Amino acid sequence: MIHEFIGDLGHTFVIVAFISAIYAAFCFYKATVKKDLETATQWKLNGRMAFYIHAVAVFGIIFSLFFIIYNHYFEYHYAWSHSSRTLPTHYMISCFWEGQEGSFLLWMFWHAILGIIIIFTNKYWEAPMMTVFATVQAFLASMILGVVIPGLELKLGSSPFILLRDAISAPIFDSQPNFVPTDGTGLNPLLQNYWMVIHPPTLFLGFATTVIPFAYCIAGLWQKKYRDWIRPALPWALFSAAILGIGILMGAYWAYETLNFGGYWNWDPVENAVYVPWLILVAAIHTMIIYRNSSTALKSSVVLIITSFVLILYSTFLTRSGVLGNASVHSFTDLGLSGQLLIYLLFFTVGAVILTIKRWKDIPTSEKEAETYSREFWIFIGALSLCLMGFQVLIPTSIPVFNSIVEMFGGVGNLAPPANQIEYYSKFQLWFGVLIAILSGVGQYFWWKKIELKQLKNSLSGPLVLTLIISAIIILLANVAKPSYIALLVAGVFTIVANLKILIGLLKTSPKLSGGAITHIGIGLVLIGVLFSSGYSKVVSLNNTGMLISKQSSAEFNNENLLLFINEPKTMLHYTLKYKGERVESLDEGIYVDKNDIALTAIPHLVTAKREISDNGSLVYYKGDTIHIAPENTYYEIEYTTEDGDKFSLFPRAQVNEAMGGLLASPDIKRGLTSDLYTHVSSIRSPTEEVEWNNPEEFKVGINENFYVNDYVANVATIERLPSLKGVDLTDDDVAIQAKIIVQGEERDYTAEPVFLIKNGLVGRISDEIGDLGIKLTLLNVHPETNNFTIGATTRQKNWVVLKALEKPYINVLWLGTLVFVVGFVVAIRRRYSEFQKMKRKGLE
Amino acid sequence: MKRSHIIGIVLIAAAIAIIISTAGDASSYVTFGEAYEMSKNGDSNSIHVVGELPKNENGEVLQIYPSADKLSFRFVMSDEKGKQQEVFYNEPMPSDFKRSEKVVVIGSYQGELFVADKILMKCPSKYQETTVNAKM
Repeated sequence: MIHEFIGDLGHTFVIVAFISAIYAAFCFYKATVKKDLETATQWKLNGRMAFYIHAVAVFGIIFSLFFIIYNHYFEYHYAWSHSSRTLPTHYMISCFWEGQEGSFLLWMFWHAILGIIIIFTNKYWEAPMMTVFATVQAFLASMILGVVIPGLELKLGSSPFILLRDAISAPIFDSQPNFVPTDGTGLNPLLQNYWMVIHPPTLFLGFATTVIPFAYCIAGLWQKKYRDWIRPALPWALFSAAILGIGILMGAYWAYETLNFGGYWNWDPVENAVYVPWLILVAAIHTMIIYRNSSTALKSSVVLIITSFVLILYSTFLTRSGVLGNASVHSFTDLGLSGQLLIYLLFFTVGAVILTIKRWKDIPTSEKEAETYSREFWIFIGALSLCLMGFQVLIPTSIPVFNSIVEMFGGVGNLAPPANQIEYYSKFQLWFGVLIAILSGVGQYFWWKKIELKQLKNSLSGPLVLTLIISAIIILLANVAKPSYIALLVAGVFTIVANLKILIGLLKTSPKLSGGAITHIGIGLVLIGVLFSSGYSKVVSLNNTGMLISKQSSAEFNNENLLLFINEPKTMLHYTLKYKGERVESLDEGIYVDKNDIALTAIPHLVTAKREISDNGSLVYYKGDTIHIAPENTYYEIEYTTEDGDKFSLFPRAQVNEAMGGLLASPDIKRGLTSDLYTHVSSIRSPTEEVEWNNPEEFKVGINENFYVNDYVANVATIERLPSLKGVDLTDDDVAIQAKIIVQGEERDYTAEPVFLIKNGLVGRISDEIGDLGIKLTLLNVHPETNNFTIGATTRQKNWVVLKALEKPYINVLWLGTLVFVVGFVVAIRRRYSEFQKMKRKGLE
Repeated sequence: MKRSHIIGIVLIAAAIAIIISTAGDASSYVTFGEAYEMSKNGDSNSIHVVGELPKNENGEVLQIYPSADKLSFRFVMSDEKGKQQEVFYNEPMPSDFKRSEKVVVIGSYQGELFVADKILMKCPSKYQETTVNAKM
């Protein structure tokens, strides 16, 4: 049955959201331009009502879409392509942002909430700001409108409420228009990760909040309140930069934990597209702080705030329009929205630029230039450096756009992005990092307005000496030899030491002002953490055997990977490694279960226990219990033994993931205080592949008589006649005999239970396999006259895994720096918000 | 000259330097012929080659040779000028590789073989599923 109502309801909500946003924008516009106070208030009330309706409609859209996903209405394309019946509820939320429509929805959701907050917290700024807000919302709503304008054949937006039969033409819909698939195609298993539940909402909150400083800026220019917008905009700009920063780092952390490229940052266009606006926003915060303290840099603040918002729109355009096509592996699918996205981008860019040009002459500037020995001058230089830092990333990322523009004019755009992105960007960004670190240390020692050079020298000499001592010790201990790394290290240490001194001073006198110092310490820690974890990331799984793993692979692959056969120890660094076998994860108990101990059922995600399974000595499953697993994931237990004899196990994962190109490896990380041990499988016996078995061997043995298979000792322990056999109807004339064969592995004994069956006079044999050892045993014949049996044994290669391990030194410094950084932002936001509150209470804003 | 002018000039110079260096470091889209020339002249930079997989009259891609362990594969690709070249890729075959309309390989020649570090594909529809299995 097709549940048309809920889809129609959702679609109606979309249309209501779109129209109410336009109407709200119109009302707030009227409220802003009307001189007469009473009519202005009337328009404002209208606008508010329209925006509230809009917000309700947005919540309605989200409710409808979630209802469809939650109830598995697979007649809807969105549910069918992003969800499935086995998906746990908390990942159903992730379905929302797997698709492009849903991520627009998430963005609108935050705007709706932020808009309401703006209405409640602002008196003076409400009308002009909400004009901008509602316009942005109208554009976003148009992206999911999914309406064809009659006569023009123009499709506006892509609706998430489209039915499967309308989205995809399959032959089945010709014969059965009401056909509903029984299950969806599921959420990409890669995204079934807790970070993917919280990373997108955080990032989109960051995206959404960038519109607030922008709206204040536009309102300030529009209302000719050139100076006043800075104060209320500053806490929001700080909030936005903090959230966006956290969102970016969450993505980096997810990549570190889940993807196997060995790092947390790949300089992919999708990452760059958020990194650049973030840098510009941080630069804008600095110029705004300059303005608050010395009344200069107002024009720069206007330009930077507008630029940061335009760049957010530009990054939306880049990642969603399909223009990146050849350049990125993971941009969104092209929904044919490029035109609409371009109009969205150009509308705000052109509008803001025209407004700024019109008002440019009126924006007050200070007559006097800033002194060279003043804080404002050096912060300004810092802001400029941040802009250049962003610009350097923006240009190569935009290469596909330049190509498209060249091609639009009939030229041939054959410029491709740099082939080795990480190396390319790192060599530039490293020096920008050095510059930023030095400036954020030195800048703190200048006074506002002016400082005497002598005074500066006196206060800076202490931190400088300390920096050199600490750096020298680190350089010697960690053996840092590359000049560029030494530069980054010294700069990083300097900014930490210099800001620590400032922080200690501030904590005594005015701790409220310490946000800047704390944040800059965080930046210093992040830079040093990045330097060590990336610059000194070391492959430790070196192949010293002199034997090639695979002739077809490159020399690098053969040198940097270890081939481990099951239960055969090998040494690596100061560890002894042993591959213990394939595991699956029990989703209910959260433990790893040996694949040898489970039997598959007809339903892929349900298996049964072949024997009692215990974890750390306590019994978890009885024989025959059903275990809930994720069938696409296989974990490879690698036991590490340290030189002291301590043992720990890592469980790197391989995932069968058709959407991402077959097999996907994810690392497991042993976290240490000074370094992380990062392990992933780089080659495995494909779980979906048929294996080749050798020619069978035959053994004629009696009870408890040893024989050798694949170099393992085996014997028949017992033999019994089965009263019943699963899946076979046994009559009185039929015979089923089961042998219990014990095979002694290196670590444990394995049991195989092949069955010999005589049914209706025909002989059948059911083999049993010991996966770990690569043995398949068959009870070929029973000889009651001699009390012997014939056992057939075929073998394949023992289970193996090719492993790569990297050491990531001091990565914890990076994560620690992130935390410090966030704390600094929180302190700064509190300070700036209380300033805004004070002014509001005075009735000024 | 005012100091702000000096800063402005430095800023513009830095921006221009960034643009020029980007143009210098950028890879380029070339044909197999040009790529081969480049490697013979000792230029081992990675470049992009755009092309297609040659198909027979039934639309099947034939010249794909996975390695025994399926962890890497070789295939024949023809560039935009129609030149056919064997390409090696040290990763398992991407799942919709055979369905792709257009292939971009990023890499360089090593001897007579083109070794790809990365493969990007353009598929007829980026939707993973283009049809529905009629399972009730």
